[in-house]
Amino acid sequence: MTESNNHHELVFWRKYIFSQDHKMIGLQYGITALSFMLFGFSLMLVMRWQLAYPETPVPLIGWLLGDDGILLPEVYNSLGAMHGTIMVFLGIVPLAVGAAGNYIVPLQIGAPDMAFPKLNMASYWAYFIGGVIMIVSFFVPGGAANSGWTSYPPLSVIATTGQTLWLFGMIALITSSLLGAINFIVTIVQLRAPGLTWMRLPFFVWTQLITAFLLLLAFPPLEAAGVLQLMDRLAATSFFMPSGLVVSGQILEASGGGSPILWQHLFWFLAHPEVYVLILPAMGIVAEVIANNTRKPLWGLKPMIYSTIFLGFMSFTVWAHHMYMTGMGTTISAFFQTTTMIISIPSVVILSALFISLWGGSIRFNTPMLFALGFLPMFGIGGLTGLPLGLAAADIHLHDTYYVIGHFHYVVAPGTIFALFAGIYYWFPKVTGRRMNETLGKIHFWGSIIAINGIFFPMFIQGLAGVSRRMWDGGAGYAHAQDVLWGNEVMSIAAGMLMLFQIPFVINIIRSIKHGEKVDDNPWQATTLEWTTPSPPPHGNFAALPTVYRGPYEYSVPGRDKDFWPQSDPEEGA
Amino acid sequence: MEMIPYTVEAREDTGMNNAKLGIWLFLASEVMLFGGLFSAYVFLRLGAPAWPEGGSILSVPIATFNTLILIGSSVTMVFSWTALKENDFGKYRLYLGVTILLALLFLAVKSFEYSEKFSHHLYPSSSTFMAIYFTLTGLHALHILGGIIVNGYFWGPGSKMWTSDPERFTNRIEIAGLYWHFVDLVWIFLFPVLYLL
Amino acid sequence: MNTASGASGHARTYLLVFGTLAMLTIVTVAAGYVSFPAGLGIAIALVIATVKGSLVAAYFMHLLHEQKAIYWLLLFTLLLLLIMFGLFIGSALDQGGIPSVS
Ligand code: HEM
Ligand SMILES: [Cu+2]
Repeated sequence: MTESNNHHELVFWRKYIFSQDHKMIGLQYGITALSFMLFGFSLMLVMRWQLAYPETPVPLIGWLLGDDGILLPEVYNSLGAMHGTIMVFLGIVPLAVGAAGNYIVPLQIGAPDMAFPKLNMASYWAYFIGGVIMIVSFFVPGGAANSGWTSYPPLSVIATTGQTLWLFGMIALITSSLLGAINFIVTIVQLRAPGLTWMRLPFFVWTQLITAFLLLLAFPPLEAAGVLQLMDRLAATSFFMPSGLVVSGQILEASGGGSPILWQHLFWFLAHPEVYVLILPAMGIVAEVIANNTRKPLWGLKPMIYSTIFLGFMSFTVWAHHMYMTGMGTTISAFFQTTTMIISIPSVVILSALFISLWGGSIRFNTPMLFALGFLPMFGIGGLTGLPLGLAAADIHLHDTYYVIGHFHYVVAPGTIFALFAGIYYWFPKVTGRRMNETLGKIHFWGSIIAINGIFFPMFIQGLAGVSRRMWDGGAGYAHAQDVLWGNEVMSIAAGMLMLFQIPFVINIIRSIKHGEKVDDNPWQATTLEWTTPSPPPHGNFAALPTVYRGPYEYSVPGRDKDFWPQSDPEEGA
Repeated sequence: MEMIPYTVEAREDTGMNNAKLGIWLFLASEVMLFGGLFSAYVFLRLGAPAWPEGGSILSVPIATFNTLILIGSSVTMVFSWTALKENDFGKYRLYLGVTILLALLFLAVKSFEYSEKFSHHLYPSSSTFMAIYFTLTGLHALHILGGIIVNGYFWGPGSKMWTSDPERFTNRIEIAGLYWHFVDLVWIFLFPVLYLL
Repeated sequence: MNTASGASGHARTYLLVFGTLAMLTIVTVAAGYVSFPAGLGIAIALVIATVKGSLVAAYFMHLLHEQKAIYWLLLFTLLLLLIMFGLFIGSALDQGGIPSVS
């Protein structure tokens, strides 16, 4: 009783700034991450201008870049590295895990909050500090980090100060993720409502659980690597610096004896699992939305769950498929090619199960469902184009070309980001009690899916022709690239369009908070627990802790008059 | 009314309270942190044309002494926890205090070792071996420092909880202990790897 | 559990473990002064360290009486650790050492 009284008296900064309520923290994560994504995208628009119209002044913001407004190669490198870093570590992961996971997981498992609310708050603020450090790094001499988001040494070790800040920023972000991961796992294992057995857990919760394990166990080696690189930069050690390195015609003063390849091992030990961190929550969201809008149980929920677990484990064993070109021996290369082929199986299982789930459903084509449906073929393209990269022979040709950029952007942009959009449209009524506008939503979807394919499809064509990534001139200096240079302008115009088509989305969100159509607590007639509590849920989430009686997707159960059967409905039999 | 369940009592099907699972997850991530560093060590050493024997550069007797100190502090840490289980708050404070003092002693010895190396012009930048030595022991020392802060808090202001919620406080000391023993355990591997091999 | 005799029984165990750890420490150091063939020396040191580590984990961290979930977590972590170790070593050897520019 006293508890609930206290909560009404919470002063502004305890309620909105240093909140310990998972819903407020989720929203903080969401707003911060969306802002960073917009920022990361804007960096890329500037770069795309240069690629389409080389060495012409950048419109609107050109004055930021110097007198003549041209994007210089050094700055291009900074923007590229920071685009990658911001999108991955400050955009997608915080949105998929920090925001969606934080807000929805406790609700879906019938818990009053996360297991450790203070830790949750600390996790957000560590993320925030990491973000601030990354932003500040743009203003130090030499600009932000410019050695790619992969920060490969020796380049990164001799790079300008921005790289040091990048490393500190990463350590803050890693800390944030570790705290978050511990919190998620404990919450899911310990705070499940009575009756919510493992096989009754919604698929979204499963994906968050596996994601948390990946973050927990894959990030520490990168933290170790970050510390080592900091030592290399600040204490002049040579963990990653080979002997006798020649820089600008001079032998570099360093004790030497280190190995650049060591960094790559440690980096990719994290960064491969990281791509599953980017994709698993997205699959979870898509599964929820598809089950709800086909009004059918998911086809093959159990195989999907087992596939997710297997995927999580296997993702620790494939990392060196990013390193075929480092001169690795054939034995190790054969090993990593094999594991890479094996890990594609569970992804295919999950994607196929989602496709088959559509079969025979009476599909409601609302905005969340459109984005979820868009995810399926886009992720399919992203995944399938990854296979050749997993085979060393093909990778010799494709490595470090725009083909790679095309491949993983299909996975993360029209893949993960579309899933996240689906999630935002789907759960918005839970957060606000109002639904987002359908017309604006549909404009957002159709505009985005056309534009985004216009950006990323030509990348495959350029990449197959051999255009390298990270090129300031977009391949203009390559004889063999002349036939595919048309792609640059197409991609850049499409990128501009993509930006324009986000305007209806932003308007929609802002407008719907106050003026959206008012809806009841369960506007999508869904089965999972988050829909049994008021919108927005009060502090503590549930008036009385729910009990769970059945699986997560009991839609259209024969013999019942309603076509959905909430998990917490105690009624017996059909 | 306590809102979040299983903060003190164990959940029936998992047999644990939240903090217990939490600390073990944290320690698992620490295993991977130090595991990554050890892997880096092995990787560099395998590739190096020559590698010095630790004992020829570092002082084995000093490190042996430090090892015994750290093991000793683990024992006193365990005793401070059992003291709480026996409802003996005075004994708890005594043992935890000794644990903290031993930890400080460890750091003092460590910094003596460092300054010894510096005075012989051995720095992290001197060789890959020295780089590994300083980085690994430095990171370990930071963990010790963290442990001192946590234990210091539970010795001082944090111990107020003993009167309000003794069971939860006892759990907290158990958790702090698990962390402390882990730091000890890491040293048990660092010692031979750096000094003896 | 909280009876005095139980606790003092535990105290004896803890002291015994401490004694063993101290003794093993001396043994490793002593072994360091004997000149074994290179590989054997490393093996001895690592085996002793593992035994010591296990004692700490089993008694001080009372893993002997812990929940199944913790065992699974640790086994899984150790498995990943072995994978990391194995593949790092594997690639270092397969690559033929560290490439050097000079
Ligand atoms: C939706 C709009 C996006 C556009 C138009 C875009 C465009 C690009 C382009 C053209 C490059 C290659 C730059 C170069 O090689 O010079 C690139 C690199 C990259 N992008 Fe994106 N991207 C977008 C979204 C994302 C998202 C959502 C993610 C992350 C999850 C992401 C992660 C990356 C990464 C990691 C790189 C590599 C950076 C590096 O070379 O170090 N991008 N992006
Ligand atoms: Cu990969």
